[in-house]
Amino acid sequence: MADSNNNRRKFMATTLQSVGLTALGGLLWSGYSDEVKASPLVLRPPAAIEEEDFLKACIKCGLCAEACVNRDSNKNTDGSQRDGTLIMAKGGDHKMIGTPFFIPTEIPCYMCDDIPCVPVCPSGALDMKSVLNKENELDINLARMGLAVVHKESCVAFWGIQCDACYRACPIQGEAITIEHQKNDRTGKHAFLLPIVHSDICTGCGLCEKACITEEPAIFVLPVEEATGRAGNHYVKGWDMKDQLRVKDAKEIHTVDERSDKKASDYLNMEVEY
Amino acid sequence: MKNIKYLLLRRVSQFTILFLYFGANAYGWHMLEGTFGASRLFGFIPLSDPYMVIQVLASGFVLGVDVLLGALIIILFYMIVGGRAFCSWVCPINMVTDLANWLRRKLNLDKEEINYRFIKRRARYWIMVLGIIVSAVVGVAAFEVLSPITIMQRGIIFGFGAGIAVVIAIFLFDLFGIKNGWCGHLCPLGATYSIIGKTSLIRVDHNHENCTNCMDCKVVCPENQVLYMINKESIMVTDGECTNCGRCIDVCNDDALEFNIRNFIKK
Repeated sequence: MADSNNNRRKFMATTLQSVGLTALGGLLWSGYSDEVKASPLVLRPPAAIEEEDFLKACIKCGLCAEACVNRDSNKNTDGSQRDGTLIMAKGGDHKMIGTPFFIPTEIPCYMCDDIPCVPVCPSGALDMKSVLNKENELDINLARMGLAVVHKESCVAFWGIQCDACYRACPIQGEAITIEHQKNDRTGKHAFLLPIVHSDICTGCGLCEKACITEEPAIFVLPVEEATGRAGNHYVKGWDMKDQLRVKDAKEIHTVDERSDKKASDYLNMEVEY
Repeated sequence: MKNIKYLLLRRVSQFTILFLYFGANAYGWHMLEGTFGASRLFGFIPLSDPYMVIQVLASGFVLGVDVLLGALIIILFYMIVGGRAFCSWVCPINMVTDLANWLRRKLNLDKEEINYRFIKRRARYWIMVLGIIVSAVVGVAAFEVLSPITIMQRGIIFGFGAGIAVVIAIFLFDLFGIKNGWCGHLCPLGATYSIIGKTSLIRVDHNHENCTNCMDCKVVCPENQVLYMINKESIMVTDGECTNCGRCIDVCNDDALEFNIRNFIKK
């Protein structure tokens, strides 16, 4: 009797210990996994699906990076291999380990016509459909790896110095980056030649960033999510017939909250507390 | 030479496989491309890691057909032929933990009875299930954020970076921590292959008539609980946790152990 009691106590204790240690491990593991996937400033290969899903889907096989480095166009004149654009994140890169990314200032994406990195993806992390045009052909111009952003204050073109390195480096020249002429009032006789990025065309390849002449590039690629804002659905362009159609059947809505009984001039003049 | 036959064969197998993977990136070979997560054999046969696939599915992403087919091929291969052979014939971490284990014996660390008993061999199955749960909760394949196996493999193919620290950590853990700590207690991939490989045909066979009870096999075996029949019964090692590494066969001087094909028909 005493023996079976002992056994039961021992069994309870070891079970509790196993469950407890598993719970401890689960908490640490979850916390760690959640932290390592939080690295928003990362540029993915062409046709990558949305980052949140990409982190789930990427099976870390490296087939995209291998296709990138071994593509025919990636050879020096003596036939030797150059480094590829795509890097497989390793410890110390501070990106989700094992996932592909690229750094434009090191090696930008050269936007191959046949996009060798995309069709090899077995998992669906790179979605070939997103880079197929109407004729069902691969079209790298449809890729949205990121969006180039110009920092006016460090771009020498905005100082009035003539530089169009980014404009010339751009693979979709004259479309993704255009040069806008503006009068230079400081000198009175020169013009500003300002690079303007068009977000509907820019693929985020990073050739502009690589070409930029300033010490830290004044034009650089950010993930599209980070480089764009959103006005929201409640703005309707009154001058745009198509946009007007969105509110064709709209009904009036009355929102009632604490401010509703006050006059607008009253609550706008109050201290901020809503 | 006789007593390192399978050891040598295994090293040849591990190095060849890793070299083919390495060459796929470095020289553009099409023999074996990718990594363990997903590979292509001869440029068209998909292969993929079943545990990885389960984690990704748990995280809520429906994988491409190629990857699912690849996992099926791998599962069938180890189920029918290999058993847990991935661990001892393919996995690069095996070389690290084998080295740690060998050093343990040379440094007499096993005799010192440093015994961390709170980690049992079955912990790996808990970890395997936990990994799937964590994948579902966090929304990312959880084992892959720290797996020393793929970190080491990618290290060899694409360069290590700070990832080498994980490999060193495993080495130190197995050397100064728990004997066979990683491969025999914690690794959830090994646990997966233990389950998959349970039914495989290639097995170590014990002939108890020849056995002189020297116990050399139990000393070298990384999963020596599977050798419970030594000098007791003439039966096969059918436990899924046996990695089919063949070290026991190598060290046996009495021809009491040999690889054999399991016969399910006659019983």
